[in-house]
Amino acid sequence: MMNHSEAAEKFTEDVDRTTWHDKTLWFVREKRDKAVFQIPEWEALREAASRIKHNALSNLDEYLLEFEQNAVKNGVKVHWAADGHEHNEIVLQILKETGATQMVKSKSMLTEECHLNEFLLEKGVDVVDTDLGERVVQLANEPPSHIVMPCIHWKKEEIGELFHEHLGTEKGASDPKYLAEAARQHLREKFMTRRAALTGVNFAVAETGGFVVCTNEGNADMGAHLADVHIASMGIEKIIPKARHLGVFLRLLARSATGQPVTTYSSHFHRPRKGQTMHIIIVDNGRTTQLGRPDFRNSLKCIRCGACMNTCPVYRRSGGHSYHNAVAGPIGSILAPNLDMRKNADLPFASTLCGSCSNVCPVKIDIHDQLYKWRQVLTAEGYVDSAKKQGMKLMASVLSNPKLYRFSGKAGRTMMRFAPFSVSNPLNPWYKQREMPEPPKESFREWYVNREKK
Amino acid sequence: MNSRERILAAIGQNKPEYQPLPEVATFQSDYPDLVAKFSEILRFIGGTPVLVADYEEAEKYIRQTYSDLPRIVSKVPALQQLATTEWDVIDPHQLETVDLAIIQGVFGVAENSAIWVPEERGGHRVLPFICQHLVMILNASDIVPNMHDAYERLNVGESGFGVFIAGPSKTADIEQSLVIGAHGARSLSVVLLQNS
Ligand code: SF4
Repeated sequence: MMNHSEAAEKFTEDVDRTTWHDKTLWFVREKRDKAVFQIPEWEALREAASRIKHNALSNLDEYLLEFEQNAVKNGVKVHWAADGHEHNEIVLQILKETGATQMVKSKSMLTEECHLNEFLLEKGVDVVDTDLGERVVQLANEPPSHIVMPCIHWKKEEIGELFHEHLGTEKGASDPKYLAEAARQHLREKFMTRRAALTGVNFAVAETGGFVVCTNEGNADMGAHLADVHIASMGIEKIIPKARHLGVFLRLLARSATGQPVTTYSSHFHRPRKGQTMHIIIVDNGRTTQLGRPDFRNSLKCIRCGACMNTCPVYRRSGGHSYHNAVAGPIGSILAPNLDMRKNADLPFASTLCGSCSNVCPVKIDIHDQLYKWRQVLTAEGYVDSAKKQGMKLMASVLSNPKLYRFSGKAGRTMMRFAPFSVSNPLNPWYKQREMPEPPKESFREWYVNREKK
Repeated sequence: MNSRERILAAIGQNKPEYQPLPEVATFQSDYPDLVAKFSEILRFIGGTPVLVADYEEAEKYIRQTYSDLPRIVSKVPALQQLATTEWDVIDPHQLETVDLAIIQGVFGVAENSAIWVPEERGGHRVLPFICQHLVMILNASDIVPNMHDAYERLNVGESGFGVFIAGPSKTADIEQSLVIGAHGARSLSVVLLQNS
């Protein structure tokens, strides 16, 4: 396996591509800003969300029991899985009971984390990912590179080529409309014929035993409402106490993720439809361990919006795959070492500690502080020597190319403002590499926007 | 110990000290004109708002706009005459050929133009997703300002399934180019009734 800096170096070899990737994500970040500026109470909303999540984590066992009890009352079968393997075995068992050898699946980062597809493939089960971006990476035999936009690293011409090969679209076609239509037709046939569907869970409500799934494409619903059996996989941290808390989280999620006021579909599942069976698998896979780490437990507040990735100067210029973890970017770099310190010791160093991630996070996770703390832990545990060196190499390859650097003035400024804290800091090798000029506090555009808010 | 017990025990051991829920978790939005805000957002996300006086005008609009669509189902009693085929099929897969579905929403949300549709309103859960085009009927007086108001009004567990629908289905997975019409409806008109 390549470590982050090696993978990043490879990614940045293609300068134009790196710039394109960088800009595409920054475009999403800007959409987020526009949406956020329209909500005057945004900061209070983040604070409320953060506190609800703190409450949920501090009472998680009780809420899970309440959720289970209500879900069972609703006629849903509830399963518990200690790790990814157990989760996968449960899915397989359900499919066997159903007599299904094929399944459609909507986006679920948890199943990526558990490597469900590979597992089922080995057991002879055919799984089709139905989110367009996920289908692209599945056909290409790759993991998603972003938790919200799985094929953000693919160019449309390349998707055209891939679809030509697998779906028989015209050679050379690259019109997104045409390609999306081809995927619609291709996947409709799957929805119509599959008897089992698996979805993720965005929020699970303790009070009602129901769960909410948010999509724009409608693929989760097409799968679940046509299949005989619906399996919903969730990490233990997806719990929220009350139904009314959904109001807080649904206002934050899509605006943070893509700048939309809400996703097209926010689907609330409580009971199976007539003749259908519904299963919920509650998965730990390291989460209880993370809960026991006071410095890092707040990472479990994450609602997987992806905003911290879109804003991260390192993510934007190194690509999701360089993180070699199901969840990439700043949040992935906090979650990954919990699962395997040795393997993921490099990831907390894949950051400038600029703090932009913490600023955009809708549930106020102190992401960059946690990255800094992981560096200390990993140093103390003796994993760091090589990681630190890699960190320096990373910063050289990702951030030193002038063509790349020039583009993202804003990110550079944000970073430099945090520099005083970081300059004398041996765990932030980036600042050893260069002298930073005094940055202007705001770009004109930011100043203009902020001025209106003042 | 099985996994359930092990997970619960680990949480009991590792969870932080109890943190209370926040006192403030709902906020007010002051939109001077809820219908105008709803319509503005709906246009922004690719839907079409249509303001009409009553069902008669609604019928006229739908006839004019969708005259080329052969297979229409209507789950709205007052617009039953528009239906050319039954929504009440035995197997939901049979709805695959539906060109247009007409469904009544319970209420809308001005801040994001989402409309609450519990399963009873669609007959089959899959109907608002599987149809090629979707028309939703909504009383103009049934629009609340924001999502806090929405959940105030809602008993989510009442229906086995319910969905907030905001606009037509879409994807931006190919280079962030917005394409309307992913797996769900390719278009959405919301017909707002003023006199009801
Ligand atoms: S850490 Fe925060 S910003 Fe990043 S994905 Fe999670 S919720 Fe979103």
